[in-house]
Amino acid sequence: MAWRNVWRNPRRSILTILAIAFATTTLIFMLSWQFGSYETMINSAVKLHTGHLQIEAKEYRDKKNIRLTVNSPKAVGRVLENTPGVAAYTFRANAFSMVSSEKRTYGALVSGIDPLREASVSSLKDLIRKGSYLSADDTNQAMVGRLLAKNLQVDLGDELVLLGQGRDGSIAATVVEVKGIFSSGQDEFDRQTIHIPLLFFQQVYTMAGTVHNVVVFGESLDHVPQIKRSVKTVLKNQSDMNGLSVLDWTELMPGLIEAIKMDLVSGFVFYIILIIVVAFSILNTFLMAIFERTREFGVLMAIGTTPGRLTKCLLLESASITMLGILVGIVAGSLITWYFQVHGIVISGTSELLRQYGLPERIYPQLSCLSVSIGAGIVSIITLLTALYPSFRVKRLRPVEAMLAV
Amino acid sequence: MYIVECKNITKTYQQGNVAVQAVRGISLLITKGSFVALAGPSGSGKTTILNIIGGLDSPDAGEVILDGNYLSKMNQSELANLRLHKVGFVFQAYNLIPVLSALENVEYVMLLQGVDTIERQDRAKAILDDVGLEGKYSRRPAELSGGQQQRVAVARALVSNPSIVLADEPTANLDSGTGLALLKIMKEMNEKRNVTFLFSTHDHMVMDHARRLIQIRDGQVADDQGEENTDAS
Repeated sequence: MAWRNVWRNPRRSILTILAIAFATTTLIFMLSWQFGSYETMINSAVKLHTGHLQIEAKEYRDKKNIRLTVNSPKAVGRVLENTPGVAAYTFRANAFSMVSSEKRTYGALVSGIDPLREASVSSLKDLIRKGSYLSADDTNQAMVGRLLAKNLQVDLGDELVLLGQGRDGSIAATVVEVKGIFSSGQDEFDRQTIHIPLLFFQQVYTMAGTVHNVVVFGESLDHVPQIKRSVKTVLKNQSDMNGLSVLDWTELMPGLIEAIKMDLVSGFVFYIILIIVVAFSILNTFLMAIFERTREFGVLMAIGTTPGRLTKCLLLESASITMLGILVGIVAGSLITWYFQVHGIVISGTSELLRQYGLPERIYPQLSCLSVSIGAGIVSIITLLTALYPSFRVKRLRPVEAMLAV
Repeated sequence: MYIVECKNITKTYQQGNVAVQAVRGISLLITKGSFVALAGPSGSGKTTILNIIGGLDSPDAGEVILDGNYLSKMNQSELANLRLHKVGFVFQAYNLIPVLSALENVEYVMLLQGVDTIERQDRAKAILDDVGLEGKYSRRPAELSGGQQQRVAVARALVSNPSIVLADEPTANLDSGTGLALLKIMKEMNEKRNVTFLFSTHDHMVMDHARRLIQIRDGQVADDQGEENTDAS
């Protein structure tokens, strides 16, 4: 009887089913879009500089003290080579220094990198916009961020003076030649960073073979917790390395996690508004259906239907409509999302903004069981909750009053 | 012996700001297997009395005992259950379920009673045949005439083997020929199955067929001629 009642007013039922399907489709697509862009954002960010994990001296993250070093980088390298899930790793050393051109002086982070290993861990090599990437036998060559080069008014072949403090407290000073200019799209990174070969850095800053970070890239994001656990355990058991900490990308980029959380929250506010609008339209439909049939409910009660059974019947009607809507929504939402997952979406005029966040111009939604189940789950719960009110209203009906209803 | 015992029942309705006393201290005893008509003009309280006896409405004062059950002591679910097993209703406006066929409308009550599918269908078909609706099992109410719909309603009321059928103006919407045919069916069921029938009516044809006629005026019993006084069949 519930199923026949669903089709009693086909137009109204179809409109309600479409409203539910629309909400489900929108939620599935939007959630897939969010999850897809987060994954792209995380992958771009870790590829740009931080990697999935970094091993460094405890407190280095907070103090950035040049003396807080990884003293046996090769030993750490051996540990990583024996850790499953590690795809690549590299060493870096950093020092804040004054960088002067002929005309200007700026403070910048001078970073010593291993050109070969760095290329397998980060996207730095692909970010060169002018000149070329450092080679293994380079010494006093440097790659400068686009904005820093602009501020210093230097170009390829120009010389820069680096002046800082060495690990032993001595003055570190050298002259480097601009070999390449890179642009990541992230202004802060492009404005403050200069890369020189690691061996040359270690000489200039008297690092004596030490480094500040060992940057690790895993086979995928999913491998990160497992790599972190294994490396931590090994480091803890080796006396020369137990002063080191292992930080994953969430600890290295707390700002990114906050941005994702913020985006999720604002997304959910939008979803709640969407669902409330849909819920009211569904409530209206269910209430209308009940008002129209009040007399019939009176008759059903008169011939022996208990109020509880009547409520169950109405809930079954609502559940049938909801499930049909959800089913249509899941199919439509999955198909639409899948199409854009293959082809990607370019939102015109936003490429500059996206680049600021390290995102490519084309975003690919990520259809997953999670996005489908969250989308469908939220709509089901809200719709069924919405149906409870009219259904329980029926429980309060009295047969005579109901039969008098017009 | 008595299927219905009404003891001094009263009922007042609020119509806007005006209190309307629909039933004013009525006491009635209805014998099992009788064929009784409550007659009276519109607004005299006939339908209210039927509703109270059927547990659809509750009196302000007084007591109704239906087949040994004190209605005032029962909640809504218990009353629904009592109606399901002891009472059959026939309404003036037929009140069939529009989304169900004639057969399904009759089956519905047995479904609530938990009767299995095969027995349900057999009994529903048999009673539809008895009321002259053989071959019209799959028709929806909208596809049946008024008289046919009321026959389905009578079949629905009787199929659960109730102790009493309460029929509220069952012939009011029917032409005299159809009304008479329906009345004959109900009389036959009364005689064949010993089901008690209690009508509310102002149709003389029904009054003529009743074995007991109770006149109601202004919510009170104006005249009660007792059993077997008015059998014109």
